[in-house]
Amino acid sequence: MTLRRSFLKWSLGAAAFAASRSVAQGTAAKYTPMFPVEKDAQLRLLRWSGFIKADEEAWNANTKKFQEATGTQVNIEYITWEDVRPKAAMAANLGTGPDLVMGWYDDPHIYPQRLVDVSDVAEDLGKSLGWYDVARAYGYSKQLKHWIAVPIGGAVQALNYRISWVKEAGFEKFPDKIEGLLKLARGLKEKNHPMGFALGHAVGDGNAWAHWWLWAHGGKAVEADDKTISINKQETWTALENARELYAQMAPGVASWLDPNNNRAFLAGEVSITNNGISIYAAAKKDFPQIAQDMDHANFPVGPVGKPTELAVFSQAFIFKYSRFPNAAKEYLRFMLSPEQAGPWVEAMNGYITPALSKYRNLEVWTKDPKATPFRDGIARMLPNSYAGSPGQHAAAALADFVVLDMFADATVNGLTAKDAAKRAEGRLRRIYRG
Amino acid sequence: MADARASPALRGGAWFGAALVAPAAILLLLLLAYPLGLGVWLGFQDAKIGAPGQFIGMENYQYLADDPVFRLTTVNTILYTIVTVLLKLFLGLGLALVLNRSFAGVRFFRSVLLLPYVVPTVLSAFAWWWIFDPQFSFISWTLVRLGLLDHNIDFLGDSWLARGSLMIANIWRGTPFFTIGYLAGLQSIPSDVYEAAQIDGARAFRIFREITWPLLTPLTVILTTFSAIFTFTDFQLVWTITRGGPANATHLFVTLAYQRAIVGGAMGEGAAIAGVTLPALAILAFAALRAIRERA
Repeated sequence: MTLRRSFLKWSLGAAAFAASRSVAQGTAAKYTPMFPVEKDAQLRLLRWSGFIKADEEAWNANTKKFQEATGTQVNIEYITWEDVRPKAAMAANLGTGPDLVMGWYDDPHIYPQRLVDVSDVAEDLGKSLGWYDVARAYGYSKQLKHWIAVPIGGAVQALNYRISWVKEAGFEKFPDKIEGLLKLARGLKEKNHPMGFALGHAVGDGNAWAHWWLWAHGGKAVEADDKTISINKQETWTALENARELYAQMAPGVASWLDPNNNRAFLAGEVSITNNGISIYAAAKKDFPQIAQDMDHANFPVGPVGKPTELAVFSQAFIFKYSRFPNAAKEYLRFMLSPEQAGPWVEAMNGYITPALSKYRNLEVWTKDPKATPFRDGIARMLPNSYAGSPGQHAAAALADFVVLDMFADATVNGLTAKDAAKRAEGRLRRIYRG
Repeated sequence: MADARASPALRGGAWFGAALVAPAAILLLLLLAYPLGLGVWLGFQDAKIGAPGQFIGMENYQYLADDPVFRLTTVNTILYTIVTVLLKLFLGLGLALVLNRSFAGVRFFRSVLLLPYVVPTVLSAFAWWWIFDPQFSFISWTLVRLGLLDHNIDFLGDSWLARGSLMIANIWRGTPFFTIGYLAGLQSIPSDVYEAAQIDGARAFRIFREITWPLLTPLTVILTTFSAIFTFTDFQLVWTITRGGPANATHLFVTLAYQRAIVGGAMGEGAAIAGVTLPALAILAFAALRAIRERA
């Protein structure tokens, strides 16, 4: 019912611009495709399995609507999010497999020539719903000068914190600068409520906080030319020194944390602050109502660079050139990201994925519980994982190899000097970005 | 010429034999030899996932020789294999000697002993992950509650503790392999040999040293070699519990190859890491086959 109400509210709000579009409101029968959908088209979609059940249910329901509206059969294969990359790459290599894929981060930029130009869909959606800057970075190929993927959104992270403990440490408001966060960390440690950020090989959480911290201090792995490695510089050394200070205030055990560890530690009251998606809050509301009441979220504080520098796991959809039904595939993406479908889908996910289209920031899901609002804003505050370079094979390899995260682990857990840790990371980056 | 005249039936027989072997040979070539050859070939290329590579000779191997992570991984793999195989051997043999005796409940204990080997590795890895959890380890909890410690043990956060923890998990899982093997070996030793020794006044340790151990030696070679191969290529335990962390302290060849080739897309480099394991595995496989032949 909630989903239905949200959908109706959204539909009313979106009526003004939707009326001017060929997309019909309400029944699927009135739907007018933008592309000449191939007769008897059959699509195979490979996508990540939902973080919550409602995601897949809403996505499947929308897909059914698309099938009824266009007569196109869509078969969806849901797999673990980390398995999408090798499977999609295999399809790109072999020239056979799914027609379209919902992948992550740099995926489409690894084999851009094998993908259908989706500029028409992307520009159409962008015109009416507005892409965030980071969406353009992930969807548009600078090399080919057209869109190779339609951005979907990000599993945005925020700092999860315990309201009462932050107050106990002398902060009425959560700090919005890194300097303040360090002061808060010391205060919390004194009160025996340490914070905790993953320093083990945590693909989502570890990479998110380490990149934010590095970029916030002005450090970066590579320059915009995707050639000049610039990790071994003063900004990085400062970031590592400050990380060492932060690490001293953290809960014991963070060195080995993988993605689920901080959820468990936060819900057990072992840590006062950690970075995560909305899943901790969702679990708290279900099983630990007292914690849910005493917790809130804040966007990552800004560092010396003076602007937000966040990272979230980002998803986008792309179509392989070998597909016999490229028009049906493009139409499917356009249909699924249009307000009539995307609105209820995003509402159903309760903030797990923040859409890459800015108009969806008006959805009720982001404000009906103010604790969800930072997840709405995180997408506008993020940089692509390739920063300051462009998405592609090199950036994908650097992220997968935990180069930045391991640099922080080296400088904190392993006790290397900031310069030695940065030098080690530089060596690996030079190798990755060669040629 | 005489042979040639007499050979049609023989030739027919040879063809018939070859035809019978062909399906298995083709299957082996397609599913084992071809991927193995392709893997070795990829190790000499700069292939990336989704893109064909160029031949670059030994460049991948030259880089790896200077790569601190790879060097650490080499030490980890050798240490992990030697320590765990030796301990599994001693523990497995000890348990087999105990379970070879008859006492009340021996069948039950023999069945229970198989459990670590029967449980899917991923499930046991998750169980060990919880046991070693920095916040919720029952070991830490017990020691703190007993007043023996004032803080939790950081099993997976400290490099050496993390290596040791993974070794314990591997030993737990792999010991039954030795126990079952030795148990079968012990039961195949004729009892009259023991009876003769006892009549001659030999004590238990001497009987073990002079009779049991020498008779078990060929079996020991086989068990050790196979266990070394399984341990050298262990993936699931490490990937589930630490993913090679903290700061690459627990990577083994296979986990590093997977991280770089499949997740990171550096197929050539990943294949080269996997390629490094081939000589060691070939020697082990050769030793195993030879031991099996000698035993036969």
